[in-house]
Amino acid sequence: MSGDGMANAERAQPVLTARKAGLVGCAECGHVHPKGTPTCSVCGSGLASRDSASLQRVWAWLIAGMVIYIPANVYPMLRTTTFGATQESTIVGGVIDLVDHGSIGVALIVFVASVIIPVSKFIAIAYLALRVQRGKPGTSTHFHLYEFVEFIGRWSMIDVFVVAILSALVQLNFVASINPGIAAVSFALSVAFTMISANSFDPRLIWDAPEGNPV
Amino acid sequence: MAYYGGMTDSLSDLIACPKCDALHRVPDVDIGAQARCVRCGTVLMAPKDGAMTRIVMLSVTALILMVAAVFFPFLELSVQGLGRKSSVFDAVLAFSDGLMLPLSVAVAALIVVLPVFRFVALIYVFAPMALGWTPAPRAKTVFKLAESVRPWAMAEIFIIGVAVALVKVAGLAQVTLGPAFWAFVGLVIITVLKDNFMCRVTVWQTLNARSPS
Ligand SMILES: [Zn+2]
Ligand SMILES: [Zn+2]
Repeated sequence: MSGDGMANAERAQPVLTARKAGLVGCAECGHVHPKGTPTCSVCGSGLASRDSASLQRVWAWLIAGMVIYIPANVYPMLRTTTFGATQESTIVGGVIDLVDHGSIGVALIVFVASVIIPVSKFIAIAYLALRVQRGKPGTSTHFHLYEFVEFIGRWSMIDVFVVAILSALVQLNFVASINPGIAAVSFALSVAFTMISANSFDPRLIWDAPEGNPV
Repeated sequence: MAYYGGMTDSLSDLIACPKCDALHRVPDVDIGAQARCVRCGTVLMAPKDGAMTRIVMLSVTALILMVAAVFFPFLELSVQGLGRKSSVFDAVLAFSDGLMLPLSVAVAALIVVLPVFRFVALIYVFAPMALGWTPAPRAKTVFKLAESVRPWAMAEIFIIGVAVALVKVAGLAQVTLGPAFWAFVGLVIITVLKDNFMCRVTVWQTLNARSPS
């Protein structure tokens, strides 16, 4: 916006980064320090031109999230007891039930939050991490993909809250009761692990060209 | 950091985008305007008139609404004359037996504890500054913690969860929304408003400028 105040010209392609200028920018507050400064003088965060260990954390949490997503889909999420008969439903089973009841819109919300978002998040994080490891410099498209993944991931928690609310609300002894299944725990963990994975990613790595001055 | 004395003076005119490392000269941004990163579009500065006072007022309101949301009945369910009222507190306790206990703790943290922590932390950081005092002790640490907790405060997602749950039980029973539901909706709106008033880089610069060295 206020282009005149910027060190970089609006459209110039090779952007001058703090790293190229031999400086270290703080990932928390943006304050610039001389190379080798250990902690930020403004906010006290640890300084690193690029958080090079970040990819290991990204992969570790991502794999944990993917593994635990399997039981989350196999085991029941909800156990509904009506007049003594118990019915168990998985995540996908719950979506199908909603479709059967004609609630297509809500079924879509649950399906997107519990299946589409987690699975595409696994793929997107793995894709971005692989690109960085192969030294391919990214564009703003890749950065926006990262931002989107970081923004959308938390919305997967919807189904866990649905289970919590239903279990609290529907406790009418013999007539009807709803209880959480084991998948609720593994699904919540899967969402949490992938969120940690995305948060561990240092987005500055996405832009780097391999020939950039090593710091 | 006094050691770098001379150097930090000139370097404080620069700002590196926290998301892509592009270097910018600290721009003069008018109140109400925004400066975005030339490379990735991240908002670097967004000074707003009276932002701190508004953040404090919105956080106080949110805290009051949270108390109402937690303890007043949230939803009321009735089937064939049998009724049950439940509060957010009950939803949290729904998982409290055995294996489900960790889930119970997690739900409590995500929808009540972490949002409350954020509101209290923001009041602690911004109230003294809104009054023109020097920042409270450890204000920087508290603000950093509040920012790191941000993705985990999920009150707005909980509201969508409630909507979905309502549809799911619609066939089974009749459900009425209690006062706490509306308190919670108000809380979500206020949280969004409040986060709009906050620009992380601007906050850090103000905190730094006002801190005694
Ligand atoms: Zn910093
Ligand atoms: Zn940027």
